[in-house]
Amino acid sequence: MATPLNLKELSKLEERFAPGHRMCAGCGAPIVVKMVMMAAQHPVVVANATGCLEVSTSIAENTSWNTPWIHTAFENAAATLAGAETMYRSLRKQGRISDDIKFIAFGGDGGTADIGLQSLSGAMERGHDMTYICYDNGAYMNTGIQRSSATPFGADTTTCPVGAQSQGKLQARKDLARIMAAHGIPYVAQASPSHWQDLMTKVRKAMDIKGPKFINIIAPCNRGWRTQMDDAIQLSRLAVETCYWPLFEIENGVTRITSLPREKKPLIDFMKPQGRFKHLFKPGNEEMLAAAQAQVDAAWERLQREQSSPIRHRD
Amino acid sequence: MTKMVAATGNEAIAHAMRLAKVDVCSAYPITPATEIMQRFTAFAADGEVQTEVLLAESEHSAMSACIGAAAAGGRVATATSSQGLALMWEMLPIASGQRLPIVMAVCNRAISAPVNIGCDHSDSMGTRDCGWIQLYSENGQEAFDNMLMAFRIAEHPEIRMPVMVCQDGFITSHSIANIQWLEADAAATFVGSYRASNPLLDIQRPASYGQLALSDTYMEYRKAHEATMGKVPGVLREVAAEFKAVSGRAYDLFESYRLEDAEIGIVVLNSAAGTTKDIIDRYRDRGIKAGLLKPRLYRPFPYDEVAQALKHLKALAVLDRSDSFGGSFGPLYLDIAGALSTCAQRPVMINKIFGLGGRDYMPEQGEHVLDELIQIAKGAPVKAAKEYIGVRG
Repeated sequence: MATPLNLKELSKLEERFAPGHRMCAGCGAPIVVKMVMMAAQHPVVVANATGCLEVSTSIAENTSWNTPWIHTAFENAAATLAGAETMYRSLRKQGRISDDIKFIAFGGDGGTADIGLQSLSGAMERGHDMTYICYDNGAYMNTGIQRSSATPFGADTTTCPVGAQSQGKLQARKDLARIMAAHGIPYVAQASPSHWQDLMTKVRKAMDIKGPKFINIIAPCNRGWRTQMDDAIQLSRLAVETCYWPLFEIENGVTRITSLPREKKPLIDFMKPQGRFKHLFKPGNEEMLAAAQAQVDAAWERLQREQSSPIRHRD
Repeated sequence: MTKMVAATGNEAIAHAMRLAKVDVCSAYPITPATEIMQRFTAFAADGEVQTEVLLAESEHSAMSACIGAAAAGGRVATATSSQGLALMWEMLPIASGQRLPIVMAVCNRAISAPVNIGCDHSDSMGTRDCGWIQLYSENGQEAFDNMLMAFRIAEHPEIRMPVMVCQDGFITSHSIANIQWLEADAAATFVGSYRASNPLLDIQRPASYGQLALSDTYMEYRKAHEATMGKVPGVLREVAAEFKAVSGRAYDLFESYRLEDAEIGIVVLNSAAGTTKDIIDRYRDRGIKAGLLKPRLYRPFPYDEVAQALKHLKALAVLDRSDSFGGSFGPLYLDIAGALSTCAQRPVMINKIFGLGGRDYMPEQGEHVLDELIQIAKGAPVKAAKEYIGVRG
């Protein structure tokens, strides 16, 4: 019997991602992880790519993981977990294990969209029964806010810094959820901790579907985004409401927008509170702002079209 | 209990993996190791093994999956060569640092550039400091035997370290030779069942693998690794004694060939040792006291035992099938020199680099080396401490 997704019942659950870790105050990632682990229900084995989440939750001889957990390297959480899941299938087949175990990988956007993309793609293609969760904070935050392929257009990072000849990142964000959907896997979703019931429902759904699943979850980083320590949830909500981070799922190739904003807010509502976009609001950068808005509009329109005339990636 | 068959070195490895009842095998194709996985996946396709095979999209992922599978709590094996081993490099110290008893067959092959698929030892020598146990094999029979013993050494409760079983790419991996199989029952009894230690799949006792160790603890982990490796020679000899009981074949840390009363000697790994033994026999027939030492356990290197076996020689040549470029010596030479460095009396040593990128090791090369050693033993000066042989210019 699944625990109802309300705060009263959820608060009674044993925490499998324990407090006392060393993630920064106000970081979005541990909020996301806590929600995922609470939603998961089943016994889970977790694999973690190298990154903020990994280093801050496993400082020897301590661990925040009250569930089996493995970290090996940066680019291979999917392959590492695929190995564990394969051993699980082997031992189940041989009757040497009887537990019903699920498998979850956590990676940041750098460890997933950049260095880990091959490993993730391989694991998805092979069809391992696992859920890969990318917590996307839009840069290499662990090493000090360097540009990743998931960094949004126009953002100031330490490796695409704003200067006399540069206005931050000049390329659009890699759309990881669509890349994963192109693998034809049974379930792909995008979620936000601001919409926690939506997020946890998607995790529950992923747990119940056999095969490879991918969920992309926005995780504000107040150090990298240069924002206040208490606005992770507010910013992730603005990301949804501006359609910068639309909430949707693609189940067996059918796209469904899971939260339609009452009114689509202008992108600057999401950008303005963030120091990484500050330079774009200076005179002369109006075209950059307009280009950022145009990218979001195009992606949002495409998503709506896909919902109304779904492309079935698999039957 | 044994059966003679004609098989390639790669087939021998695949059969050893079958007999060892590997739970998960994760690999990626690369010449000349590909045949191992082809044979093994055929066993899986025919239902001859219970193994789950994971065909990864790269060697990096293949080794990553081996690590995940081994941590999960079962027997794991893989195979690779050359660039594949190089791509795995990042994951090798992670496998050994997490004390995961993965067994990997390596078909020794040259490293690019220039690209070359022939045999030399640059690939496994480049991984010698990754904390793995390394066994070297002269022929398909030794590769088969080493592979079976590797599971026992790797999974020994005092050890729990990954093992690499190396043989010469093409020279033995693709040569058909007479090999004595162990019968399935005898092999199963010898290898035994896998006993997991802190498996990830034990959900009642959650373990965290791969934690961060800062400067206050990291060095202690490394010291523990070193101390564990120090136990390997003893365990290897125990396992070899048991193996002799079931197979009749004797193994030790290294093979000494006509070395006890020798005055000159050659140290060489893998297939070239077979050729060299023939040459030594011919020189012995002429009354020349020549001998050979063929290392088997290369990591951890049995320095004391090797020094005891070689210190009485007057002149010694170490033949390396790889090089540490630029004024240094080949890696095998450096280990032999290190082993002998504490002996008051020790042979004059020379280093020959041979057989790179599949260049044949011909009997004449070994004869020239022995002729040179005869002169050095008589007091002639060393012309070159290190020299490439069997090469133009």
